[in-house]
Amino acid sequence: MAEAAAVVAESLAGGRARAARTVLDQVVLPGEELLLPEQEDADGPGGAGERPLRLNAGARARVRVVCGPGLRRCGDRLLVTKCGRLRHKEPGGGSGGGVYWVDSQQKRYVPVKGDHVIGIVTAKSGDIFKVDVGGSEPASLSYLAFEGATKRNRPNVQVGDLIYGQFVVANKDMEPEMVCIDSCGRANGMGVIGQDGLLFKVTLGLIRKLLAPDCEILQELGKLYPLEIVFGMNGRIWVKAKTIQQTLILANILEACEHMTADQRKQIFSRLAES
Amino acid sequence: MEGAMRSDAKVRGESGTESSPRGPGCSLRHFACEQNLLSRPDGSASFLQGDTSVLAGVYGPAEVKVSKEIFNKATLEVILRPKIGLPGVAEKSRERLIRNTCEAVVLGTLHPRTSITVVLQVISDAGSLLACCLNAACMALVDAGVPMRALFCGVTCALDSDGTLMLDPTAKQEKEARAVLTFALDSVERKLLMSTTKGLYSDAELQQCLAAAQAASQHVFRFYRESLQRRYSKS
Repeated sequence: MAEAAAVVAESLAGGRARAARTVLDQVVLPGEELLLPEQEDADGPGGAGERPLRLNAGARARVRVVCGPGLRRCGDRLLVTKCGRLRHKEPGGGSGGGVYWVDSQQKRYVPVKGDHVIGIVTAKSGDIFKVDVGGSEPASLSYLAFEGATKRNRPNVQVGDLIYGQFVVANKDMEPEMVCIDSCGRANGMGVIGQDGLLFKVTLGLIRKLLAPDCEILQELGKLYPLEIVFGMNGRIWVKAKTIQQTLILANILEACEHMTADQRKQIFSRLAES
Repeated sequence: MEGAMRSDAKVRGESGTESSPRGPGCSLRHFACEQNLLSRPDGSASFLQGDTSVLAGVYGPAEVKVSKEIFNKATLEVILRPKIGLPGVAEKSRERLIRNTCEAVVLGTLHPRTSITVVLQVISDAGSLLACCLNAACMALVDAGVPMRALFCGVTCALDSDGTLMLDPTAKQEKEARAVLTFALDSVERKLLMSTTKGLYSDAELQQCLAAAQAASQHVFRFYRESLQRRYSKS
C-alpha cells in the first residue's frame, strides 16, 4: 500500500512541468515539459500583482516565444524532444520573448532552410544535379542556380564534384532544394569547390562551435599554416593547405578539437609551430 | 600529436556511468551504460545489467527503400542479433516488441519517408535480456538525437512457485520461475508501453508485478539522467 502511494507521489512529481527559466543551461531529457514565463506568473499567488480584468477567463495575452530545435509546442507548454542543454537568447528588437532551444550533440544532419552545406554531386539528370548532403534524401540543384549561368552557358559541374550551397526549400514533406547563388543573384562564395583539398566529417555540434563568432580555434589554425577552409552545417569540412602533410595535420586537429580542452590544443599548436 | 589522439580515445571510453549494486531498497542488479562508443552509427550505446550486456546502434533518419517508405512517418526497423547462431523466431518476436515500444515513443511524423534503424547485438545473456535490449535501444536513440516524446525503460519480474516476486532475475531464476513478465514503461507518467509475459500468474499478481516494475523504473530513469548529465558535463 505504502509502496503504491509512494509510486503515485513520485510519478506526479516527475510529471510536473518546470519553468523554462529555472532550467536554463541544464541538461534536459526528452519528455520534460517546460512552462513559459507569463504562464508561471498567472499560476503564482493570485491577486498579488495588478493584472487587468479579462472578460474571458481562459485566454491570456502571451509573449511570442520562438521554439527552436529540440523543443515542440505541446498545448501551451514546451515539450523537450532531444537530450541536451537548454539555451535561451533574448530578443534583439525587444519584441517577443526570445528563442529557446536545446543544444544537443548529433552526427546525422537534417536539412534546414537557409543552411549553408557542402554536398557531393551524385547524378546529373536533365536540368538538375542530385547532391548528397548527408540527409535522408539527396538534394536537387538546378543548373541555372549558379552565378552567370544561362541556358546556353552551363556551369562546369561533374559527378563527384564538391558543391557549397544553401537550401531554399527544406522541410519534412518535400525533397530539399539547394542553390549556389544568394537572393541577389551573386555567388557570394558558393559554387563548386576547387581541386585538391580534403573533405572529412565531424559532428554537428563541433561545426556550430567552430562557426561561433568568438572561436579562437580558427585564428590559431590560420597562424599555423596558410589554409583554405569551408565549413558545411551538415558536418562536413573541406580543408586545403600547401602540402598534403599540412592538410592532414589540419584535418586531424579539427577532428580532435571536439575532445580536447583549450590547454591541450594550445600545447599541440605550440609543438607544431616549433617543428 | 599521437599522445593527444590516444588520450582522446580514453576520454571517449570514460563516458560511461555505473549505478550502485543490488541494495536493500532496489533489487535491480548493478547497471552500467556507455554512449557514443561506435564511430559509424549516428548513435550508439552499450547497456549492462548484471552480466547481461547489449550493444545498440541507431542509424537515422536515413534513406528508405520506396517499398518500405510510409508517406507520413518514419519507418522504424529493429534488428536483434543473438550472441551465437543465426537470428530465429525468438529474435523476430523480440524485434517486434522492441519496435512497437520505440514507435510509441519516437516522433516519427517529424521525419516522413525516412528510416530509423536500431541494431542490437547481444554481447552476453544472463537473464532479463529483453529489458536490457529496451534500455540499450532507448539510450542509443537519445544518443542519435532522434526526437522522442519520452524516454522508456524495460523491467523484468519473475514469480517463483511460492509467489515471491523477483525483479531483474538472472538466467537461473528465470528458468526456475513459474512466470516471467517484462514491462516497458515510459518516463513521463510511468505508463505501460509494452508487456510480454510467459507462464502462470493470477490477476492480482500481475498488478503487483506492474506496481513493482513502476517503482523500479524510477531507479532506471534516475540512472539515465545521471548518465546523460555526465555526458553533457564533459563538453
